Amino acid sequence: MVNKSKLPTAALVPPTQSSGSFRFVLEGALQAATLHQVWKESMHQVAAVPSGQGLILDASKVSYCDAAGIALIVAVEEALKKQGSPFELIGLDARYHRLLEQFTDRTFAQESSSKADCRHLAEVLGEGVVNLSKDAFALVSFVGELIIAVLWAIFHPRQLRWRDVFLTCENVGANALPIVALISFLIGLIIAFQAAIPLRQFGAQNFVADLVAVSLVRELGPLMTAIILAGRSGAAFAAEIGTMKVNEEINALTTMGLQPVRFLVVARVVSAVVMMPVLTIFSLLFGLIGGGIVYLSLGFSLVLYCHQLVGALDLADLAGGLFKGAVFGLLVAAVGCFRGLQTEIGASAVGLSTTRAVVSGITLIVIADGIFSVSFYLLGI
Amino acid sequence: MTNAAKSLIEVSGLSVVYGDYTVLKEVSFEVTAGEVFVILGGSGCGKSTLLKHMIGLYQPASGRVVIDGDDIVAREARDREAILRKIGVMYQSGALFGSMTLLENVSLPLEEFTQLDAAAIQLIARMKLKLVGLEKFADYMPAEISGGMQKRAAIARAMALDPSILFLDEPSAGLDPVTSAELDALIKNLAQNLGITFVVVTHELPSIFAIADRVIMLDKSTKGIVATGDPRVLKDQHEAPAVRRFFNREAA
Repeated sequence: MVNKSKLPTAALVPPTQSSGSFRFVLEGALQAATLHQVWKESMHQVAAVPSGQGLILDASKVSYCDAAGIALIVAVEEALKKQGSPFELIGLDARYHRLLEQFTDRTFAQESSSKADCRHLAEVLGEGVVNLSKDAFALVSFVGELIIAVLWAIFHPRQLRWRDVFLTCENVGANALPIVALISFLIGLIIAFQAAIPLRQFGAQNFVADLVAVSLVRELGPLMTAIILAGRSGAAFAAEIGTMKVNEEINALTTMGLQPVRFLVVARVVSAVVMMPVLTIFSLLFGLIGGGIVYLSLGFSLVLYCHQLVGALDLADLAGGLFKGAVFGLLVAAVGCFRGLQTEIGASAVGLSTTRAVVSGITLIVIADGIFSVSFYLLGI
Repeated sequence: MTNAAKSLIEVSGLSVVYGDYTVLKEVSFEVTAGEVFVILGGSGCGKSTLLKHMIGLYQPASGRVVIDGDDIVAREARDREAILRKIGVMYQSGALFGSMTLLENVSLPLEEFTQLDAAAIQLIARMKLKLVGLEKFADYMPAEISGGMQKRAAIARAMALDPSILFLDEPSAGLDPVTSAELDALIKNLAQNLGITFVVVTHELPSIFAIADRVIMLDKSTKGIVATGDPRVLKDQHEAPAVRRFFNREAA
């Protein structure tokens, strides 16, 4: 039976009259958990052996030797080889010797050259451009595929997977309602507060209502809802589709003759586009309630608040806001699915796609919002 | 075997229940130190489930799992770590960390649980990879190598700390016959030379005959052990035809 309890020790015996070599005696149980001290000492002592001088490693007192112990013997031998000194191993138990024999070919012990240490700026730049153009190309082909798939769904509504659509609607819409309501309520509250102070200087505090109404309906309602959607559902789409990609489920769909875009993306995009205006309406409602609370606390009546709201807004504002919401929903869902489908292999790749989905989603929302602002202005809406 | 009396793992009265569904009922057996112990049975009979309970990953409905004198079921999380240090586990799909190279995967336990310096860890990790024939792939990511290679790398990682017990979940499934045979030889070699105890879940017959000292066979209908012993004996002499069919690879 092997004795594993004895702590290992190492000792270097200088050459005597009878033998011209150094003797290096290892003793005890050589195992990974307790080996670190001996390892350090061994390397130190072996380095002290003058080059050309031989060394005999005496392992006859080793009571147990696991693969880490074998590694120590290999390390000592390699170190001596580097010094050009002859090496001899004696006394190692036959059991452990068989283990050592598996490592007669020592090519693995050489340190591998580091793959890429320093790269040229042009190389990095070139790679970036290539990646960007690849990304752009992939995006264009995805948009094309998506358009085809959506058109197909419009002409074959019976073949759309409605069960998926409703399930996604629940996740995207109904389940998002609490957070949308909370954020919108607070945003309404904050805008009203911030507006109340400067407007008081002009004695125009009753216009707080107009300000809240216009900014929420035309801008902040859809924008906040879309950003929440990007964080919740855009990320979820990317993670879900990305994991499917990693598990080769996307490949399975393809070989079954199902197009991933038609099968996975259309239902998600449709539900996001349908649910975003609904969520936006709720967002506006709660935002206006938040603003209203501040308005009432300024000493105005609810009747005046409603009167101001009706005066400040018309149906075109609301329609514009909801339209924006729907477009944001399309962008967020599509880019989320796109990033999911782009996922490479491994768990970290899913995380990367999720991050990219949220970043791309929010970027697209803001860009689209800018375009809307300019075009609404030019169209006089 | 000189130390046949010493049982290293003791499973007694282990029952596993998922919801209303009983997977295993009152399963008891012992694993002797230094033996290669194989858990086998048809698909879906709870082999992997049993393994996961033996390593303390899941809590059983009832029963005890004693590893080297410590009850892994009853222990608190902190004590359990000390028990877990004695064992290495290879999961069915490898479960290598995708963001690390093979060398980093194998080095990780050494870095976390020993105080060896970086060069020593490198050498040990490379030797483990060499043992499983992957020394040329040390700097590859798990995603860049084949499934069989991932399994071998996972075994290398499980062995990183030289545990006294290695649990292997379907080590040779999906490997070519040559690699599979090499793996069997490796398991045999480690068991003989280092005295490592193996608990292997598999249903690859050639592997079972090559490595197993003793097997238990689980059965879906009885939710327990139907046969115990040396597979070479069970193959011809067991009274239950289902057991003989399994070992002789015959249709029911």
